[in-house]
Amino acid sequence: MKKMLALVSLALGMSAPGAQAHGFWIMPSSTVLSATQFVTFDAATSTEPFQIDHRPLAIDGLVILAPDGSQMTPVNVLKGELRTVFDAKFDKKGTYRVELVRSGFRASWKDSDNKPKRFMGTAEALAKEVPADAKDLNISETESRLENYITLGKPSALKPSNKGLELVASTHPNDLVTGEPVELTFLVDGKPTADVEVAIVRGQIRYRNNPEEQSYKTDKNGKIKVTFDQAGMYWLDADFKDGHVSNKIAKERTLSYVLTLEVLPQ
Amino acid sequence: MRKWVPALIPALVAGLFNNQANAGEINIKATIPQINTAEYHRPYVAIWIEKPDQSVEKNLAAWYSQKKAANGDEGNKWLKDLRQWWRKSGREQSLPIDGVSGATRPVGEQSLTFTEGKAPLGTLPPGQYNIAVEAAREKGGREIVRVPFTWPVQKAEQVKAAGQQELGDIIIDLKP
Repeated sequence: MKKMLALVSLALGMSAPGAQAHGFWIMPSSTVLSATQFVTFDAATSTEPFQIDHRPLAIDGLVILAPDGSQMTPVNVLKGELRTVFDAKFDKKGTYRVELVRSGFRASWKDSDNKPKRFMGTAEALAKEVPADAKDLNISETESRLENYITLGKPSALKPSNKGLELVASTHPNDLVTGEPVELTFLVDGKPTADVEVAIVRGQIRYRNNPEEQSYKTDKNGKIKVTFDQAGMYWLDADFKDGHVSNKIAKERTLSYVLTLEVLPQ
Repeated sequence: MRKWVPALIPALVAGLFNNQANAGEINIKATIPQINTAEYHRPYVAIWIEKPDQSVEKNLAAWYSQKKAANGDEGNKWLKDLRQWWRKSGREQSLPIDGVSGATRPVGEQSLTFTEGKAPLGTLPPGQYNIAVEAAREKGGREIVRVPFTWPVQKAEQVKAAGQQELGDIIIDLKP
């Protein structure tokens, strides 16, 4: 029985980051373009996907990768109280990847007064910040990747970076329509990986009673099969944990991947 | 392989002479309906021939604004709103498409004739097809209508379908 309880608490502890209250996202004004034009983006953390109700997202480190491999800098960056805004002009044929890759180490512990403490930053900073007498110290390495795809004209092939958690789709992410099944393969450091937990939610939850969140777990080939019944903007969130840390200060690595998908009607 | 090739030759030869004698013809009458609205814009329209799997066999017409607006917007900007056509063919093309791209058309019946052997119809392998007509209107809706037909045409016939909102009657007259 004791063992059972330990297992349950372990399981609860593991699932906590996945069940976090606030998700983060970047939402483009358009994903499919037929002429050179600006696209504007909102970026935020919020209680529901694409609902601007909490905090702006820091976009330091945001990269817009053009089809030719060059990089584009966002313009008109505004950090509001509830969301960050930026624009970018898309003028090269093919697919752009907007990506925000973040990594670091996260520590939680209790100080001498039993008060919970947290820290997030580099391994070096963390070593300085965490006192030697920290109780219940838990350190994990985090790697997160947030993506949007924008295509001008014909979609071009996408190449994963083979670092952290990523997605390869059987249908180009700017080519999704209702009713056509799509196979999504999740890669960890470039390898298809089983047991990645994936949640997919359509936006505008405010206007329905059931959030209709779909949960999946990748099979032994790292795949899930998804059919979008309704058109709209979808938020995809994938999570995985393993022990491949870059610094032994952490016991485990927490990987996350977030993607905004636009699904068009037939 | 060897066996069926000779068997096919007479049919091919017959087909050849048949074509020479009189080229098949597809006449499309597409009606752009009158729509009562405060701000009416002519719809963008694409017409194409598709295979049963909905892949595009031939582009026949694409009507859209090819002017550059004062604010720098191109008419191409809204071509993506012809959603199916854009996804299945438009985005692969270099625009404007010779003999296919044209200006938007007014309300009423628009008549188009396509002749076998001549662009943009050219040669069409025998089989089942659809004529697909898609319309998208600024500050309006979008609609796609499909009309099935078989090629080559054995005897003159008419097939038709009708849209509900953004398209009226689509009448296809086929001639052998």
